[in-house]
Amino acid sequence: MDCCTITQQMDIPTGTEKIVLAGNPNVGKSIFFNYLTGLYVSVSNYPGTTLEISSGSYRDYAVFDTPGVYGVSSFNDEEKVARDVIISADIVINIVDAVHLERDLFLTQQIIDMGKPVVVALNMMDEAVENGLDIDVKLLSEFLGVPVIETVATSGKGLDTVSESISLARRGNNSLQENQEIYSEFNHLTDEIKDRAEGLLIMEGDSFVAEKNGREPLNYREEIYRIRRRRINKIIDRVVSISQENVNIKTRLGNLMLNPLTGIPLLVVALYLLYQFVGVFIAQTIVGFTEETIFINIYEPFIRNIVNRFIEPGSLFGRLLIGEYGLLTMTVTYALGLLLPLVTGFYFFLSIMEDSGYMPRIAALTDRVLTFLGLNGRAIIPMLLGFGCVTMATITTRLLGSNRERIIAIFLLGLAIPCSAQLGVIAGLIAPLGYKYFIIYIITILAVYIIAGTGLNAVLPGQSTDLLIDLPPLRVPRLKNVFIKTYLKAKSFIIEAGPIFAIGSLLLTVLKETGLLRLLQNWLLPITNWLQLPQDVSTAFIMGIVRRDFGAAGLNSMSLTPEQTTVALITLTLFVPCIAAMMIMVKERNWRDAVYIWFGSWITAFTVGGIVAHII
Amino acid sequence: MTLAEVKKGDRFEISRINDDYVRVQALRFGISDGASLTCQNKIPGGPVIVKNRLQEIAIGRRLARNIQINLGS
Repeated sequence: MDCCTITQQMDIPTGTEKIVLAGNPNVGKSIFFNYLTGLYVSVSNYPGTTLEISSGSYRDYAVFDTPGVYGVSSFNDEEKVARDVIISADIVINIVDAVHLERDLFLTQQIIDMGKPVVVALNMMDEAVENGLDIDVKLLSEFLGVPVIETVATSGKGLDTVSESISLARRGNNSLQENQEIYSEFNHLTDEIKDRAEGLLIMEGDSFVAEKNGREPLNYREEIYRIRRRRINKIIDRVVSISQENVNIKTRLGNLMLNPLTGIPLLVVALYLLYQFVGVFIAQTIVGFTEETIFINIYEPFIRNIVNRFIEPGSLFGRLLIGEYGLLTMTVTYALGLLLPLVTGFYFFLSIMEDSGYMPRIAALTDRVLTFLGLNGRAIIPMLLGFGCVTMATITTRLLGSNRERIIAIFLLGLAIPCSAQLGVIAGLIAPLGYKYFIIYIITILAVYIIAGTGLNAVLPGQSTDLLIDLPPLRVPRLKNVFIKTYLKAKSFIIEAGPIFAIGSLLLTVLKETGLLRLLQNWLLPITNWLQLPQDVSTAFIMGIVRRDFGAAGLNSMSLTPEQTTVALITLTLFVPCIAAMMIMVKERNWRDAVYIWFGSWITAFTVGGIVAHII
Repeated sequence: MTLAEVKKGDRFEISRINDDYVRVQALRFGISDGASLTCQNKIPGGPVIVKNRLQEIAIGRRLARNIQINLGS
């Protein structure tokens, strides 16, 4: 259902040849893409995923970028998108990291086996030389049967040669030939379905491609992968020699990042920088400007004024649009004025950590701790992002390996990770109370996080996946790449989370208009007693559903003892994520799971809040 | 013995990987049975970092316990 429509959607005249850029993650594909297509690039969402596909044109060709993948298959969204785009290619420019031929040539050989005409750009040749690698490029080209061009994309070297070589792209030497039995089965199959690329993937057991062709997937994947791997190892043995083993500063730094004694302090420094950048600079300076100055002072009066001309502001419709939780007022200010800058700041920082190769090392370092919670090191990405926006982080849990991990991560995000909107207000309220209460708050939240994670890990059936990741070499990130990545992710935040915020505020206006909101507040009364808090606090709790920071901010105006403030903040943090985060749980999981998670966190919040209230 | 038992700096060969998905993913990264690898690093209680030429892979500890290896080579 999600197959092979991408190039048709993109409005390419029939008969135009398609060039597809393919390669492993972080090999510099985007530089090639930008070099070929220049300024006129269109970016479109790939249906059914959060992924964006860039396309443009070069001479008479249409050019497509693909997500970085280690192979063509259906293990995750990136691979599915890359698979569909590569299947539709007339010519593939395969960008290969010269330092990591073992890993990268697997994809190269797979694309060659798919029968696509290929040009290989052997990128990062400067680093290969730096690392003492000697690569016989001519021999490599002979083995593969396709042109291989040395490049250093970051300095522009060889890009022109690659573009001139497009017409020289050739179908290379198929690795399946090394096993006659499989090769003849492959030929037999491709004769029938008339597509070598799809034939290969059916042989490799890809059920999507098989279904598209009305066939059953075949069971040769492992055998074919082995043949391919053996062939690549053989090629590398012949082509690559290490003239001297260089232990350079990057290798050393990489090891320091992984060794807990040095790695944990480094991580603490990185997180402190993240806090300074997002928590202080963006949350205070930038958001102060965007939320207050632009949205509350300029935008909101402006939009009220316009709407007033056409709709009676007191009417139900008027209140839906520009009322207290108005679609055009509060939702827009919250999503664009407050969350967008914070999320963008987070993504900017995370992109730097990703492109520099630090992120996978953090994942390796934190893997041990996260396995106790039934997660693995990869979950560090949504967990960090949760401090920016839980709604967005919940979407990011898609990168986790199993449903089990996704449920645990989503529950923990909703329960015990305060988002940036909330953090500021919490910090403001708790700081004047002194260290004792601050420590009580931190320890309680941390304890809940750990107990909930280990508990779910023990209770949920099945097994979580294990960490198996590639640690790319450390590199200085290219700022342009970081900006593009940040832009694309911020955009997808608006597209994915925007409507959810809108639905959330619509729901609230309805709750308020129907009197249900009042009713909810009344239901909470006995709970405030159990928490030893004044009854007014229930309003703050309800407001916390609207926007997490509203809830905490609502406490500002009440006169509470330090104990009460601490209990209220603990309960609020655990209580619920905002309504947008609640909605996204339904979208990412389903109603049943979402309801479990909501009630689970409510019960936890009130239980824990009450216990703390009775102890302190 | 298993991959979880190797020490930093050990050289070894993979002899068997039990999990289908992991076997396939490892093949892509260049870790096939018979490949000669080095233990680059071992995070206490955490992943084993395996090196094949310049390629480094982090393998979770539980997974490492399910990978059979032969020391030496």
